[in-house]
Order: sequence, then C-alpha cells, then structure tokens
Amino acid sequence: MNSITKNRLKDQVFKFWGIACTLFALILLVIFIGDIFIDGIQRIDWAFITDLPSRKAEKSGIYTALMGSIWILLLTAIIAFPVGVAAGVYLEEYSKKNRLSALLEINISNLAGVPSIIYGLLGLEVFVRVMGLGASVLAGALTLSLLILPIIIVATREAVKAVPSSIRDASYALGASKWQPIWNQILPASGGGILTGVILALSRAVGETAPLIVVGALAYVPFAPTNPLDEFSVLPIQIFNWISRPQHGFIENAAAAIIILLLITFVMNGIAVYFRNKWQKKLK
Amino acid sequence: MAKEIEIKMENTIDKNITLNTAIIEDENHAARIEAKDIKVWYEDFMAIKGISIKIKPNTVTAFIGPSGCGKSTFLRLFNRMNDYVDGFKMEGKIKLEGKNIYGKKILVEELRKNVGMVFQKPNPFPKSIFENVAYGLKIQGIKDKKFINARVEKALKQADLWDEVKDNLNKSALALSGGQQQRLCIARTLAVEPSIILMDEPTSALDPISTAKIEDLIFELKEKYTIIVVTHNMQQASRISDYTAFFYLGELIEYNKTRTIFTKPEKKQTENYITGRFG
Repeated sequence: MNSITKNRLKDQVFKFWGIACTLFALILLVIFIGDIFIDGIQRIDWAFITDLPSRKAEKSGIYTALMGSIWILLLTAIIAFPVGVAAGVYLEEYSKKNRLSALLEINISNLAGVPSIIYGLLGLEVFVRVMGLGASVLAGALTLSLLILPIIIVATREAVKAVPSSIRDASYALGASKWQPIWNQILPASGGGILTGVILALSRAVGETAPLIVVGALAYVPFAPTNPLDEFSVLPIQIFNWISRPQHGFIENAAAAIIILLLITFVMNGIAVYFRNKWQKKLK
Repeated sequence: MAKEIEIKMENTIDKNITLNTAIIEDENHAARIEAKDIKVWYEDFMAIKGISIKIKPNTVTAFIGPSGCGKSTFLRLFNRMNDYVDGFKMEGKIKLEGKNIYGKKILVEELRKNVGMVFQKPNPFPKSIFENVAYGLKIQGIKDKKFINARVEKALKQADLWDEVKDNLNKSALALSGGQQQRLCIARTLAVEPSIILMDEPTSALDPISTAKIEDLIFELKEKYTIIVVTHNMQQASRISDYTAFFYLGELIEYNKTRTIFTKPEKKQTENYITGRFG
C-alpha cells in the first residue's frame, strides 16, 4: 500500500465515522420525537390548549401553563433585548480595549456557562425577596433575562464585529458622531445576526425549568396570569408535574404538552433562520 | 400657526439654506493647513518622529514613501481619524486656517465636515446612490429636501458621475462599478463642502481607466479645494500633484515642488526611492 491509497483509506474511514456519528444523533432524536408523538398526538385538540388544569387527566389542559410561558417569553424579551443589545454595542463600539474590558469579556462568556439553577437562586434572593416581587411572572422573567443576557451580548458583539470598519470610517469622515453610524449603518447591517441571537436565546428561555422552580413558579395554578405580578406556571413545569403523576392519562398529557413546547421552539428557531436569510439578501 | 411659520423662516435663515448657497458655482472652499512638530505613538511604537509641513490652499500635495513609513497615519491626523485607535498618542499642533484642530474647543465632528476623506477601498453605504451622497447632510440635521436635492446633484456633477447615474439615483450604490463607487465616495465627501480633501491611496483598488478618471477629477477639484493624496504610484504623484512629500520611517525626508522632487531631489534617499532603487 503506498501513501496515497493509505491516505485515501483514512479519508474514507473518517467519512463513514462522521456519517455514523451524525446518524446516531439524528436517529436518537427521531426515536424520541416519534415516541412522544405516538403517546401524545391524539391528546392534542383545541380543548387541550384552552382547558384549565384539572385533577382528571382527560379534562386537563395546558392553558395556564401556555399563557404563563407566553407571558414569560414576552417579558423576558422586553427586558433582555434592549439591555443585551445595548451592552453588546457598548462593549464593541465604545469601550476601550484594555484590561478591564478583557476581564469583562471573559466574565460574560463565563456567565453563559453558569448552571441555570444558580440564576434561579440569585433571582429568588434579589427579585423575589429583596425587591419583593414574590413568585410572580415578573420575577421569573427577570431571572430568565439574566440567564440569557450573556447569550444576547455575545451574539450582538459578534454581529457588530462582522460589520466592516470601512463603513464606520466613511461615516465618521463625514462628521458623524459615534452614535450616528451605529444607528444608521451598524445596527441595520447587523440586525439579522442580533435578532437571530435574541430569538435563539429566547427559545432557550422558554424551555428553562430549574430557575423558575427556584423562583417559585407553581405546578398548579388555577388561572392564567393577568398582570406581571401574578403567580404563574410554565409549560416545562407543567410537563414535569404531569410526568411525576402515576396515572397513565397524565403521561399522555405530558407527551402532548412536550409536542406543543417543541413546536414553539421549532417555530422560533425557524423565525430566526428566516430573519438571518432575509437580512443577508438585503445586504447583497 | 403663525409661530410655526416664523420658526421655519428662522431656521431657513439660520442654516443659510437658500438654494443659492446650495448650488453656487464658483466658490472657493480651499483652506491652508499646517502641522508643527508632530510626534505620534501607537502604544510604545513611535510612528511619526517629529514632522512639520505647510500645505497651501488650492494645491494637490502627494505623500509618498514605502509601506509603513507613516504617511497614512500622518494623513489621518488632519481629520483626527486616529482618535479612536487604541493606544494612539500625539504631540504637536495641526492648524487649519491658523486654528489648532486638536484644541480643546474643537468639535471633531465639525472638523470632519471641513476636512473630508476618501479611502483606499471604495466604501459606499449599502444604500441608494442618492442616500449615499445625502448622508453627510442628513446627519447634520438638514431636512430641506430641495436643498439636499440640489447639493446631491451638484456633488455628483463635480465628481463627474451625474451623467452616469442621474436616471437611477435610487439604485443601490453597491451595484456600481469600483471606479464609479469611488467617484460616489468623492461626491459624498464633496456634498458637505469641505475645505480640504484627504485621499488615502484613492486609486489603488481601481483599474487604469477608472484611475485616469479620478486623477482628472483631482486635477479639477483643486480649483476649489485643497487636496492631499497618499499614493504608492510615483507616476501618479508626478502627474497630479503640485507638491510632493517623501516620508521614510516616520520622518519627512523631503518636501518640495513635485517637479523639483522628481527632477533634482536634494536627498539621496528620495532619489533612490523615486527611481525605484528601494522601497
């Protein structure tokens, strides 16, 4: 065997190893989703979505949990989006590149890796107890905002960094302030990237359970929240609650709720991809 | 109602926004600029080692020298484009019409309206041709449509681009050819009516025909503006400039009339460089 055939062989081996690994992940996912579909699909109807939770499995619906999730999602978006984007833009455009900014940078990346339950504990102390918000939607949304802020900041920085500096120079050279190119050129050009990051971060938030349990989200709430200070439940907690019940009917409910939750995250990711592609086209 | 109209009138007078000032044909904007004992550091690296130079109005001055000699750094001092560079430090004075542009009272945005810049690579905004030229006016807060239209047309005519684009001003600037884009960038600079135009290797990314057009343009523009051009192209320097400054390793080796520099330079280094023996 000469060295070329040897190299070709290595090439083939790696290729098939790669295919096997990809398939392994995909098949697991398909089995998982398939299993859930089989369990849950016949349970999904309009009543399941609009019914309040109940002691009887066949009468229970996800209305309160779904509404709780939507409240959490919207409030988290409203809080985390402006803060995260502003912080990202500041770090990239305004802050001087010195030791302090390097330290900030490392720690923001570190924050993205902190276990979510720690954020829950922080939220419990700061928002629930010190700020006195109680186990409310607002406290939950603030906690999740903290959780996804690092992701949004990092995504914003990457998107802003990708805008060619010649555009900034052109703007400055015409007498623009620092803010003018940011508003007129940089944000429009990086908007797709920023939005993608924000939506992906939010779709992570909508699936979070641990921090919300710590903050005090309830497994059973009789009514959907009507204002930010109401108590609430969210889909993942509802699922967790149902799965821990012995009756078989609740297992079906859980599977059906998982399908809804997956649907929400898939749709959100789809929107993210759509925005990214649309933005890329616009810039060309 | 009456008050509104009054305010409108006041604004109009205040900004000198009469169409006449937007399109006056034979005004001369050119200003003189001089640098004195300029030293520049990036962190610990000394990029400019004490340069003084006086540049006359209505002239084209070429900055030549090998890569890394500090000519671009020096050029960017005139509109303070180095200000945002981390680790940038400067000593010395640069006076525009006798006023120190690094003085405490100077607003850098105001300065850059007076000292425009054209870059090496054409860098139009991803917007329409019209929006590109109007941008400098709009960021100043000018809203008068007639005024902006008049200025855009005038700038595009001055940049010798009007005939090529007048029918599709709303087309994306990115659809233009490289040479057209660069003339658009020049038009964008002209629209805010600077007194000095800095050009950092404005033709190095262009083909010979586009280059020739830009060179003609530079020649025409010096009637109304003071122009400083950084170039790597010796022929270009000798063709378009009245004065030439030769930089080497952060120092100004020789500065004189272009004819003198290219026919009987005083320094041996200058001669070696322009004849292509080094650099």
